[in-house]
Amino acid sequence: MLSFILRRLLIIIPMALLVVTVTWGLIRIAPGNFYSSEKKLPAAVEANIQKKYGLDKPWYQQYGIMMLNILKLDFGDSLKYQGQSVNEIIRRHLPYSATVGILAYLLALAIGLTAGIIAALKQNSAFDYGSMALAMLGLSLPNFVLGPILVLAFALGLYILPPARWGGISSLILPVITLAAIYMAYIARLTRAGMLEVMRSDYIRTARAKGLDEKTVLLKHGLRGGIIPVVSFTGPALASLLAGTVVVEKVFAIPGLGNIFIQAVLNRDEPLILGIVAFLSILIMIFNLAVDISYGFLDPRIRYE
Amino acid sequence: MSETNGHILTVNDLKTYFQTEDGVVKAVDGITFELRKGETIGIVGESGSGKSVTNLSIMRLIPEPPGKIVNGDIIFDGVDVRKLSIEDVRKIRGKRIAMIFQDPMTSLNPFLKISTQLMEVTQLHLGHTKEQAYQHAIKMLETVGIPDAKSRVDGYPHEFSGGMRQRVMIAMALSCQPELLIADEPTTALDVTIQAQILELIKNLKSEFGTSVILITHDLGVVAGMTEKIIVMYAGKVFEIAPTAELFATPANPYTKGLLKSVPDPAHEQGKELYQIPGLPPDVAHLPPGCPFQPRCYRAEEICVQEFPPFVQINENHRSLCHFAKEVYAESIAEKANKSAIV
Repeated sequence: MLSFILRRLLIIIPMALLVVTVTWGLIRIAPGNFYSSEKKLPAAVEANIQKKYGLDKPWYQQYGIMMLNILKLDFGDSLKYQGQSVNEIIRRHLPYSATVGILAYLLALAIGLTAGIIAALKQNSAFDYGSMALAMLGLSLPNFVLGPILVLAFALGLYILPPARWGGISSLILPVITLAAIYMAYIARLTRAGMLEVMRSDYIRTARAKGLDEKTVLLKHGLRGGIIPVVSFTGPALASLLAGTVVVEKVFAIPGLGNIFIQAVLNRDEPLILGIVAFLSILIMIFNLAVDISYGFLDPRIRYE
Repeated sequence: MSETNGHILTVNDLKTYFQTEDGVVKAVDGITFELRKGETIGIVGESGSGKSVTNLSIMRLIPEPPGKIVNGDIIFDGVDVRKLSIEDVRKIRGKRIAMIFQDPMTSLNPFLKISTQLMEVTQLHLGHTKEQAYQHAIKMLETVGIPDAKSRVDGYPHEFSGGMRQRVMIAMALSCQPELLIADEPTTALDVTIQAQILELIKNLKSEFGTSVILITHDLGVVAGMTEKIIVMYAGKVFEIAPTAELFATPANPYTKGLLKSVPDPAHEQGKELYQIPGLPPDVAHLPPGCPFQPRCYRAEEICVQEFPPFVQINENHRSLCHFAKEVYAESIAEKANKSAIV
């Protein structure tokens, strides 16, 4: 088990470097750079800038320098926010994204699991049809639509919640719901499908034949097998929720990582883009690993060597 | 409590139907039989003949919907199981009536330790503490012949072989010393040598605990040495019911004769092609008005197509569902006399 975890952790390093390389390549392929503007710079000034940032060197040297710095976990300074290191910027903006993300995750999990389990138990009931229709709606409604609708209703219509910006618990409610909706819907459907599958299996019949009541049959015998598909989904989901979602942060003007990422892309702020991409990819891989480890706890048949 | 006449179980005109897109499937359609205390009865039939549904009905384990017990009494020890509340049925399940299922590979919960799965039965029904239940689990595993039970009790089902898992299932079923054990094809998923061991085990435990047993199978060889009485089912109906020896010697139903002929006899038929009943079991959603076995029957006549056959009483313990039950019975007696004359 330990060697399995260690191996998986080690794999993260080359994977992250690969992701960074591809991202770097894409940035370079796109025409223009941070310094290009509509106004043509005098040739001497441009040459100076190129020299200062090492842009006059051949591309492989530039790539090598960048990689060496990244291996030292130093992404350098942002080009746009002069004097601020990329690490510092990520550290400053991550808590906003993480707060919204974790709350959304917990909300999605709580409601999604409950709704899925009840829907499975009362298959073909009004609750089943109702919650699954709602889930379908949640899945099909993009959050850039849902967000403004919620703002329109609760902030601009009823005046009970702030429409945007950061400040106090009330400002969290709308973005958390907007962010959670799609995950909630997905978890509810996965839970329902998983539970339906498991509750039809032979060992559930055995449990019933033992005289156990439905609650015990469900929670002790059914749930573990039923939520395995949910676990596979929620690991990577948590990673992307923590890292902030671009759209929701934009809609609600939350100064999180997602918002910064967009700015970085628009500004062609290469070090910042690479830093955030590397951070996200590492996060996703760690959560995938966490999912794989938790399989081992859920299902005794899974053993890692 | 009403009169039981020494019967632990009386099933009377049981009908269990399933609502499907294809129409109503009469999986069990008017089954009647009794089981005495300590007796073993065999239920034989092809797949889909209603054997398992009969027994799931007794336990009230029919998934509802789509299934439903639409008629009949299931009198267990003087009490009609059909009239009990689900809470009272749960007090019987696992404690007084226990079940062993066909496939030990899927009938144990793969996520829970063997100990947990054994302990929860006695904790529930016998009020065992954790420690008592644990010790009892080990004792039961030893009883069913699992070597090194003390250390294996904490294992998971996937660490056991098929035969060992079926032993665990038996240990689980017998942990509360039930009055009735329903074994639903307990050996079908196992290989032949293990089959014999498991049957021997059930036989021994039955005499040790005084349990009545319903043994469901499609293998006549399995029931022959185990049961006192056999019920032959076809298309949700009892086709023949008779004491085991009599059913084997002098069957009074063409279907039973077909089944018996299908049992390979390596001593006399070496090199010959194996016999099989022609045709396929009927679609129980669309049964014709006549005898459901008529299309496959060697002696079917016009009346078999037109009219549903009567349940003919051959003698006190022997009944057969056939227009020509008496004739078939006479045939069988003649054949038997012939055979013994040759030998």
